[in-house]
Amino acid sequence: MSVITTTSYSKPNHKGYFGAYGGKFVPETLIPALNDLESAYKEASKDPEFEKEYLHLLHEYVGRPTELSFADRLTNYYGGAKIYLKREDLCHTGAHKINNAIGQILLALRMGKKRIIAETGAGQHGVATATACAKFGVECVVYMGEEDMVRQKLNVDRMQLMGAEVRGVSSGSKTLKDATNEAIRDWVTNVDDTFYIIGSVVGPHPYPMMVRNFHRIIGDETKRQLMEIEGQLPDYLIACVGGGSNAMGIFYPFINDDVHIIGIEAAGLGVESGQTAATLTKGKPGVLHGSMSYLLHDQEGQIELAHSISAGLDYPGIGPEHAYLHDTKRVDYHAVTDAEALEAVSLLSRLEGIIPALETAHAFAWLEKLMSKTTSKEIVVLNCSGRGDKDMETISKYL
Amino acid sequence: MSRINKVFEQKKDEKVMSLFITAGYPDINETVDLILGFERNGADIIELGMPFSDPLADGPTIQYSSNIAISNGVSIQGIFGMVAETRKNSEIPIVLMGYINPMLRYGLEKFFSNAAKAGVDGLIVPDLPLDEATMIEEFAHSHGIQLIYLIAPNTSNERMKLSDDKSNGFVYCVSVTGVTGAREGSEVQQSVDTFIQRSKVNITKNPLMVGFGIKNYNDAQSISKEVDGFIVGSALIEIIRDTYPTENWKEVVFNFVHQLKFGYPNQ
Repeated sequence: MSVITTTSYSKPNHKGYFGAYGGKFVPETLIPALNDLESAYKEASKDPEFEKEYLHLLHEYVGRPTELSFADRLTNYYGGAKIYLKREDLCHTGAHKINNAIGQILLALRMGKKRIIAETGAGQHGVATATACAKFGVECVVYMGEEDMVRQKLNVDRMQLMGAEVRGVSSGSKTLKDATNEAIRDWVTNVDDTFYIIGSVVGPHPYPMMVRNFHRIIGDETKRQLMEIEGQLPDYLIACVGGGSNAMGIFYPFINDDVHIIGIEAAGLGVESGQTAATLTKGKPGVLHGSMSYLLHDQEGQIELAHSISAGLDYPGIGPEHAYLHDTKRVDYHAVTDAEALEAVSLLSRLEGIIPALETAHAFAWLEKLMSKTTSKEIVVLNCSGRGDKDMETISKYL
Repeated sequence: MSRINKVFEQKKDEKVMSLFITAGYPDINETVDLILGFERNGADIIELGMPFSDPLADGPTIQYSSNIAISNGVSIQGIFGMVAETRKNSEIPIVLMGYINPMLRYGLEKFFSNAAKAGVDGLIVPDLPLDEATMIEEFAHSHGIQLIYLIAPNTSNERMKLSDDKSNGFVYCVSVTGVTGAREGSEVQQSVDTFIQRSKVNITKNPLMVGFGIKNYNDAQSISKEVDGFIVGSALIEIIRDTYPTENWKEVVFNFVHQLKFGYPNQ
């Protein structure tokens, strides 16, 4: 296969658009805050001191660079391409989310903000934010749907242990979507002293761009590591996609390369079941949480509830850049079901001694479809975005 | 002259009162009757809320009324029907207020065309700031729907001027940084004075209406003393929530409306 991108990729534009997607769909009260954030970010990204501090923390606190592990037994099992795993599960706190939380808290401190808020679904971004706030001694409020607080109690305990206040959200579906609404309402109310650390490549501009850039280190390291080990680029790159931050992080540095890129959404009980989180497969363009992207919504434009066994993918939207990469066919998006993801958890645990997060397991599940089409001369890199300890209760119920 | 402009022309000596009600709340069959009753009791403009599942600029009260309205099965087409029904008996200006996603899903061209046919006068979209509103401006213009933009205490002078330039009908002053909802009077008053002064300097083309947090006659009079009028939403919905469906709920609600405008009950 061959994907040739002839022009160099430079998105978003100055208004925060990736093609038709993105933008700033927020109340007027937030416009000054977003404009301030945009200029502070622009300035920080040109400041070598900012980058130095960010990279220093990622090294000595987060534990980067994470390894690129050759999965030899998994490779033998499928008998096709060599499979490498980018080990974001080895990051401090157990997932890639901390890369972004560190980047944004440095920016918040630089802007003189005294209070941090965040939304969380599975609790991984909440934990990452609580961690960063504890590290810097900043007040932290995390909004979390009451339903998710039950599903992910361990992460609630972790956040509280690190001094964060976890505010249960009882509106709507009591999940990530509603936690995000509540965090935005808090920001509108406390816009002067509060910094909102968004946990994925979603929300109004500049968040999708900024969060991507704080995670691109995943792809940059992968490229360098694979060149060192194999002396070549991967043929396939795979990641799971909910909002899509781990995927954008590993995809972005490869966008202009001849690499087949694949994003895996959560089909829930099945794409046609009505119980799904496969936004690109089943959704239509619309506006939610500050940007234009694909969404699950009904004929009246009311947002529909998503379903996935993985709380981190249980979201009716997706980052606008993924919507763009989908429409331009630069990235192929597919969906796998709850059951397929659970099979993958079990397979990877037995073959490699790695228990992946349920989110991450969706990417692994796609290997079932992909690997028979590959040859032993090819290379597959999969972003192992998080570890599965947090999901043990859910996993043991099914196995 | 448009219905909105006419109201401000005719009511120069009093505070124009605009009332917000979520369409389909508390019941789809009550909306038209509520609008007509509001008008009889002193309302000068009606803001008719088109409910959305995820109203991120709204506090708990309007979240609640929106959820009820959605579960009552209200649709955009149904809301146009309510406006058309109201128009059989009333010339009160009706401004639709709603989030952009349902309009996009309905189709923008069709939305503006059907809104105009039903007798809608204006539109407020709280999650469509000036920068993004270019997507609706042409449709609004060609169908004669007046667009009303919001300004907040942290809006710069430059953006206030731009809002004045782009608004048509009035400019909506959001009195506090925050979501919609009734607040203690002192909480609003403290911050609002300097903001209103600044707004008056920058908004020169359009009348100014102030809203967010007003819950009674005294609030309304003191907050709007320097501007053309005031907007009440959450406090009105709270009265409905507390009284519906008791036997005389509508009387209580209409009395509240009369009090808001005139400072005394209607009997």
